[in-house]
Amino acid sequence: MAISKLVSGVETACMGVEDGMTFMLGGFGLCGIPENCIEELVRLGVKDVTCISNNAGVDNFGLGRLLQGHQIRKMISSYVGENDEFERQMLSGELEVDLIPQGSLAERCRAGGAGIPAFYTPAGFGTEVAEGKEVRDFDGKPHILESALTSDFAFVKAWRGDEAGNLVFKATARNFNPMMAMAGKITVAEVEELVPLGTLDPNEIHTPGIFVQRIFQGDSYEKRIEQRTVRPLNN
Amino acid sequence: MLDKNGIATRIAQEVQDGQYVNLGIGIPTLVANHIPNGMNVEFQSENGILGMGPFPFEGSEDADLINAGKQTITALPGAVYFDSATSFAMIRGRHVQLTVLGAMEVSSTGDIANWKIPGKMVKGMGGAMDLVASADNIVVAMMHTNRAGESKLLPQCSLPLTGVACVKRVVTNLAVIDIKDGAFHLVERAPGVSVEDIKSATAGKLIIPDSVPEMNL
Repeated sequence: MAISKLVSGVETACMGVEDGMTFMLGGFGLCGIPENCIEELVRLGVKDVTCISNNAGVDNFGLGRLLQGHQIRKMISSYVGENDEFERQMLSGELEVDLIPQGSLAERCRAGGAGIPAFYTPAGFGTEVAEGKEVRDFDGKPHILESALTSDFAFVKAWRGDEAGNLVFKATARNFNPMMAMAGKITVAEVEELVPLGTLDPNEIHTPGIFVQRIFQGDSYEKRIEQRTVRPLNN
Repeated sequence: MLDKNGIATRIAQEVQDGQYVNLGIGIPTLVANHIPNGMNVEFQSENGILGMGPFPFEGSEDADLINAGKQTITALPGAVYFDSATSFAMIRGRHVQLTVLGAMEVSSTGDIANWKIPGKMVKGMGGAMDLVASADNIVVAMMHTNRAGESKLLPQCSLPLTGVACVKRVVTNLAVIDIKDGAFHLVERAPGVSVEDIKSATAGKLIIPDSVPEMNL
């Protein structure tokens, strides 16, 4: 029998979060973000947290909600260009920010979940990112040493999931979610559709349930689009 | 002088049949509109898609299907979705053959700066540092000068770097310029633009051959 990760809802799923903790949050822009968990973190009012997330949401949605309440002490991200409040808090020194290359961010999370303490990458050599980091040549090319990332909680969002914690993502909403699921001490998965055990084809599961500690059926997904670009329908 | 679509048209000529290509935000995105019919090219977007198609028809946009510029897109037959670690394995592992991206400054030694203006603009590097550190073939798409009319092709970059000694070709509104041996080399000029115009808009050392053909657009 599968080990059940099912919890009743977002309140139970977020039990144990505390001030000063480090959180990982999946998503790229507003695509594939754990909307329910973010709202719960706002409601709980946890403070001085470090958030590892590719982006920082927009002013009134996604991680922007936590920034509004000054709940975040430090952000570790690759791109934060869509959020005025973020920029204001960073330039005023209220918010500590560690900007790192996107591929290094993804691999640092993957490494954290895979038990690899550090790795060498060419990304960022010769730039600010390399300051204070070990440099080593491989095949005549310089690389910098990047360390793994882990977190107290990882909050991820999937399209479908089952009681065993197995997850399937939809389209580009997958992004950072699978690596962050691996790297959380407690990984909370919210899913659009919780399906009975045995429904998901084992051949087609993206994140095995072993990486997930709590799963729940999310609700009221807003799924905002940041840049709505379309072709006209005529002809 | 070219407009943004003109720059994209010229860069589309750099794309070869059978290539996997990553297009950055801005002018580079427009390159996809100028690939000749019948050419087999797959566009990768680093947020997790290979086989990216055009924008969706009005009414069929999907919040779960976007490109790295957060724009709604479509997936072509044969497309595939993947996570961010796999995406950057494709980039870092040199499986993506051509990268086209924008820049604020490029130096005559191939350095590029495009992610930060200290004290003013702090958006982050996104995937640009990974892309420029690994791609074999990097083409920069940009205007030759900034809004203040100052050259963006410099002896050395003044802004924080995105990558060092990585850019090999720059296509601007004025010219196609190659970078080698610590200098800019004029390759082609845009329609109606003189060598003198290009020379005065280029702050870094510019090598001018005896004959500089006009771009064939």
